[in-house]
Amino acid sequence: MSTFLGMPSAPPRGTGNLRGTEPFPAAARDELGNTQLRRNVGKATRTIRDKRLAVTGELPDWEQLRSAGAAIKRDVLARLPELLEQFEQAVTARGGTVHWARDAAEANAIVTRLVRATGSDEVLKVKSMATQEIGLNEHLASSGIHAVETDLAELIVQLGDDRPSHILVPAIHRNRAEIREIFLRTMPDVDPELDDDPRHLAEAARRFLRERFMRAEVAISGANFGIAETGTTSVVESEGNGRMCLTMPRTLITVMGLEKLLPSFADLEVFLQLLPRSSTGERMNPYTSMWTGVTDGDGPQEFHLVLLDNGRTAALADQVGREALHCIRCSACLNVCPVYERTGGHAYGSTYPGPIGAVLSPQLAGMHTGPDDPNAALPYASSLCGACFDACPVKIDIPSLLVELRHQHVEQAGVSAESAAMKAASAVMSSAPRFSTAQRAARLGRLLGRGGRIRALPPPASGWTDARDLPVPPKRTFRQWWDSDEARADLDRARREGKGFEA
Amino acid sequence: MRVALFATCLGDTLFPEAIKATALLLSRLGQDVVFPPGQTCCGQMHVNTGYQRDALPLVDNHSEVFADDDIDAVVVPSGSCTGSIRHQHDIVAERFGTPALRERVARSRAKTYELAEFLVDVLGVVDVGATFPHRVTYHPTCHSLRMLRVGDKPLRLLRAVRGIDLVELPEAEQCCGFGGTFALKNAETSTAMLADKLRNVSGTDAEFCTAGDSSCLMHIGGGLSRLRTGIGTKHLAEILAATEHSPAPKQGAHA
Repeated sequence: MSTFLGMPSAPPRGTGNLRGTEPFPAAARDELGNTQLRRNVGKATRTIRDKRLAVTGELPDWEQLRSAGAAIKRDVLARLPELLEQFEQAVTARGGTVHWARDAAEANAIVTRLVRATGSDEVLKVKSMATQEIGLNEHLASSGIHAVETDLAELIVQLGDDRPSHILVPAIHRNRAEIREIFLRTMPDVDPELDDDPRHLAEAARRFLRERFMRAEVAISGANFGIAETGTTSVVESEGNGRMCLTMPRTLITVMGLEKLLPSFADLEVFLQLLPRSSTGERMNPYTSMWTGVTDGDGPQEFHLVLLDNGRTAALADQVGREALHCIRCSACLNVCPVYERTGGHAYGSTYPGPIGAVLSPQLAGMHTGPDDPNAALPYASSLCGACFDACPVKIDIPSLLVELRHQHVEQAGVSAESAAMKAASAVMSSAPRFSTAQRAARLGRLLGRGGRIRALPPPASGWTDARDLPVPPKRTFRQWWDSDEARADLDRARREGKGFEA
Repeated sequence: MRVALFATCLGDTLFPEAIKATALLLSRLGQDVVFPPGQTCCGQMHVNTGYQRDALPLVDNHSEVFADDDIDAVVVPSGSCTGSIRHQHDIVAERFGTPALRERVARSRAKTYELAEFLVDVLGVVDVGATFPHRVTYHPTCHSLRMLRVGDKPLRLLRAVRGIDLVELPEAEQCCGFGGTFALKNAETSTAMLADKLRNVSGTDAEFCTAGDSSCLMHIGGGLSRLRTGIGTKHLAEILAATEHSPAPKQGAHA
């Protein structure tokens, strides 16, 4: 018997764009065949990778900064409820209005209601992962409100009726010839002579956006950081288009994930070093905007902050998995990931691609909605090479989290051919006599090969032999050799050879 | 020093030459090498595929065999199996094991070393007296590099080998795409990763690609063999064990 404590036993999972339509291996198959994507993503990730290594390597205290970042995030998660209340009070005291959203649907409804109240049917968007996660643009569109993305890459994605494939560089899968084609096809009043010179493309976007900046009444942003102590919210960006949105319209609505909190203003010292260096490979990003509530006669006169849970409390409830909530969305793990580099971001299905997506999406949205939940395949979409852990500015041990999520998946998945095979392997391999017997059986594999190699096997091993040979098992295992006279003679000779050679 | 060899299930069954080489090398370096016959597998495949519960009997067996106080050190010619013993056994023991198992796991872990670590850190040798007159390129495996931080220890050992023509592997620190069951569950992505590794290995014009893990070498070697590149694979131990009097066996990928 359990006692009802007035709280639901399991916090609700996130909804919105946190789950793809097919499992990773199938989605990856399509992407691997896309030569343009392979070329674009490979080139772009290599470039950012090298830049990041240069600017993180130059700091003598980079490792201490990473540790500090991890420690601050651990602290935030340990006392999230108290910090959130402090944050709400500070924002309210400075003239902002705080709204709490349990999931994507609630957040969308709140934002739509707030936009409607202004009477406007067009809103500007600052690049934001949280609003992608909840599918805000689509929801606004269904209510007759047109959202205009103002980040250049997001605009390219929006005009191309496409999906973002990278956290920082959403159009990383597009090259400039494709961007030119999208602009010519979709931008009103665009110069029909537009070529694919990056400066000309940027100029076309500038003209298009400038007109909208001048007339907009409402802007919607995400937040990189919220400061509990002061009620300050912050957006970090490169283009300045975010700054236009944050300062020009009368009404500003910010959607912020619960975990974006930092306890004090001084903590920004750590994170404003970690984020740009890990993200764009710059020492400092060009535009860092901070605002605290509203200020008379300066900037938006109405400020709404929507605090988004959408599965974060569920992730927080997992003592191991909660580490994924440290993420500051820098995308360094994507740029070093050998899997992401080859499949691109769409294969992950969720707003959050790459290694962090593979641990975040299953935790926010769950991975057990059915036997073929695409999110259940994400923890396996990694060779566990560990490059992501080394690159992470807040030291999220992504490989260990992937292994943990695989464990959680197996615990819930029930019996399968794989689980039966694993159980049998465990029984055989936990005893040396049984293992030796199995080794003798494995030697039958010698019959499958020619010239010392096996070239074809039935599924699931065909996944291997489709592209690789397998050596035939040797005539003798190591332990058979060890028990032979030959071994004793060889080892004696080695010992004699070593005499006089002092280790 | 009484050194117990952990052959690993893969090495024992499919790549005995690498384990033999480890035994001969350590004997040549004056170590009292033993092979505890109760050993089987560290359980890494189970843990990395999500089967921690089924890994428990393997962790139990492994620590039972190697926690033995008569053993001074356990040497493993595999970065990833060493990584599993060092970083995963306590997770399994903590979650499913008894206090006695947790204590045994801690004792076995504390004296377990990957081969290059043992040679350089424990024995303090870099020149092991090897001769290997071939062109060789070295692939640092992910777990030796990023789980164990072996750094340049294997390269220092290789540089001291007589007659070797050691050539640098471009993009060496990139994963070869093996990843255990990853190579089966995500075979196509794994193949795409392998393709780049093979291109880099072939570009070195080496006769052999070497590494500290037979599993990664099985993957790289499987690709090299399929493409008939004429490039073989040799475990680091096989090169370090080779001397003027006892050269390494001729075979490459398929000993």
